[in-house]
Amino acid sequence: MARLNSVSDLDALRKDILSRRDPKKTKVSVCSGTGCRAYDSEKVIESLKSGLNTHGLNDKVDLVTTGCHGFCELGPVMVIYPEGIAYFKIKPDDVDEIITGTLSQGKVVDRLLYVDQEGNVQVKEHDIPFYKHQNRVVFGNNQLIDPENIDDYLALDGYQALATCLGSMSPEEVLETVKKANLRGRGGGGFPAGQKWEATRNAPGDVKYVIVNADEGDPGAYMDRSILEGNPHSVLEGMLIGAYAIGCQKGFIYIRQEYPLAVEHLDRAIEQMRELGLLGDNILGTGFDFEISVHRGAGAFVSGESSALMSSIEGKVGEPRPKYIRTSISGVHGCPSDLNNVETWANVPVIINKGVDWFTAIGTEGSKGTKIFSLVGKVNNTGLVEVPMGMKLHDIIFKIGGGIRDGKKFKAVQTGGPSGGVIPENMLDLPVDFDALDKVGSMMGSGGMIVMDEETCMVDVAKYFLEFLADESCGKCVPCREGITQMLHILKMICAGEGQPGDLELLEEVAAMTKECSLCALGQSAPNPVLSSLRYFQAEYEAHVNDKCCPAHVCKDLITYHIDPAKCKGCGKCLRNCAVGAISGTKKEPHIIDLDKCTKCDTCFMVCPPKFSAVTKLSGKESIA
Amino acid sequence: MSYSLAKVDQIIDGYGADKEALVQILLDIQHEFRWLSRETLLHTADRLGLPMNQLYNVTTFYKHFSLVPQGRHAVSVCVGTACHVRGATRLLDRVAQGFKLSPDETSADEKFSLKTVSCLGCCALGPVMVVDGKYMSNPTSNEIAKVVEECE
Repeated sequence: MARLNSVSDLDALRKDILSRRDPKKTKVSVCSGTGCRAYDSEKVIESLKSGLNTHGLNDKVDLVTTGCHGFCELGPVMVIYPEGIAYFKIKPDDVDEIITGTLSQGKVVDRLLYVDQEGNVQVKEHDIPFYKHQNRVVFGNNQLIDPENIDDYLALDGYQALATCLGSMSPEEVLETVKKANLRGRGGGGFPAGQKWEATRNAPGDVKYVIVNADEGDPGAYMDRSILEGNPHSVLEGMLIGAYAIGCQKGFIYIRQEYPLAVEHLDRAIEQMRELGLLGDNILGTGFDFEISVHRGAGAFVSGESSALMSSIEGKVGEPRPKYIRTSISGVHGCPSDLNNVETWANVPVIINKGVDWFTAIGTEGSKGTKIFSLVGKVNNTGLVEVPMGMKLHDIIFKIGGGIRDGKKFKAVQTGGPSGGVIPENMLDLPVDFDALDKVGSMMGSGGMIVMDEETCMVDVAKYFLEFLADESCGKCVPCREGITQMLHILKMICAGEGQPGDLELLEEVAAMTKECSLCALGQSAPNPVLSSLRYFQAEYEAHVNDKCCPAHVCKDLITYHIDPAKCKGCGKCLRNCAVGAISGTKKEPHIIDLDKCTKCDTCFMVCPPKFSAVTKLSGKESIA
Repeated sequence: MSYSLAKVDQIIDGYGADKEALVQILLDIQHEFRWLSRETLLHTADRLGLPMNQLYNVTTFYKHFSLVPQGRHAVSVCVGTACHVRGATRLLDRVAQGFKLSPDETSADEKFSLKTVSCLGCCALGPVMVVDGKYMSNPTSNEIAKVVEECE
């Protein structure tokens, strides 16, 4: 690849790429993100490659291996353009029919199409409710781009925003644009990115840094990974624009080593940028110099905190420090450092290309643009969804998510991960933006949205988050280290049936102390999952403490497994599958569980055929009866 | 893989023996040999001119580092939030029972290591067990026993 020495060189390259592409040509886009790979999408791609070869279709069809499309529930996912035909749950054996049917004769393979809960079939991707209600500003290009091929990004106006900034805008104008767009941090806090940029720009010092925070630690969110895996250049372009506005020559990308595919695609993208002269000295002949280095995190949730992350970049342990002096004044090596999240950076080129008015027309008064959520848990359509800020929770969960699995009843939705809270059913009309979520005791966080049904125990969920945080607290400050440990201890006792009167009040007291006195956001927000569930689901806590009952039948110490003799037909499935030999019975006669041997592993409950549903869980007074 | 200090040196040199690249160097060594031996840590400390306590500080702080050898087969159970609400605790119990290991433990014959991980991003499959890169959605005790048998 020849080095680009000017903005017009970039335009010429883009024209050249586009001239070699026919928009009417059939393009098959297959998702090869981590989710689809778990469903063996790589085998599907291999079969496609060899099938296209055998049928002599290599010239007529472009095969694009892309990053995450978002609809992880039904992977592996394929979209055939220009028609937009979407196929789901593709097996390698289906490939031949796709080639001989759809790609050769335009015949749609019915059994691979999307069918909704009511049995309606949709051929085209944009008609599927999961996609129809989304607004994919940042995430939309994922399915059109081979993340390892910079040409694909350039063909979709890639690096156009950078060229505009370097070629015809002053750093001050770029800064003003991002400030006017009111782009708020997508990593959790929602702090205005423009203000952060400005503080770093105005801070004294010649050497300044920009940093991409890709240490996505919320154990229920994976949008940052999917952007980096699927469209790494969008983040890199945003970062370069930020560096230009702030006045930096060097940037860091801090990414979890648990995301090997994202690291690989990022490294490849950086290499390609270097080849084109989009990194290094005198980028596009404009006199702007910039270098990037990639740092892999070695597994520490707290290292996603800004001061901890910067200490980790310096090769030390990633512990937070008190922020009397902000990192925008004194960050990496004591130099002014601006840190923004992956999704925030990926929004920057969009704002420059489409303009402030376009961007601020999306969203609510205080939160502009879109947000990507990982819609997961007990919802029908699991996946990544990008919606305009202000969309109602109800619409996200029921219109896009298709409602609750297995016809169960909605109970709550958890947003904000370990720092967020649960939101009950009567608040489903809540418009989702930074401020509204804050007000009800939760937070936007990085965008985890975990849907819970009647079989989810809220006490257990609070315990779950505290277990995670107890493990991840760095232990530097006492309120966080001890506060989380003590709250966890109380919750463990409650879940074990050893809760005592006064426990809930004590829990609230410890929570208030932890919130007030902790050094960093990890500890300050750690009580949120407990406090919000106590606020909305107090009766469930009381049932655990007073009646030794887990109404959702989750807490192991409070439940027993039981086979209903009236329903059991003696098929023997549970008996054969029980790993500890706790089930006895003769064929075609009701079986019995020996509670002394039962380890409550749930296997019998799982394998009992749904037409019998003879295995039940009992708790509290139910067990005695 | 058996340890070779020559390979360790090669990794250190790849980063120009830069003190600040400590975490990156250790990640590469861990990736190469699946654990960090005492000898390697001493050698790395020596090469980078860092006190050994800083290396212990770093290797015990970050989860990814292991100061004991890891098993030939990596078994992990996702305990991310989505998997948790869909029954990851029960799955972890079954996996621990099947492999006769507790989380973060390696079998005496160094055959299996069991780990928990937070969100693999395949929440639609959850709860999920991964053995040597192969994903299984909510396996039963019998299915887990079969995997144990199949591993050599």
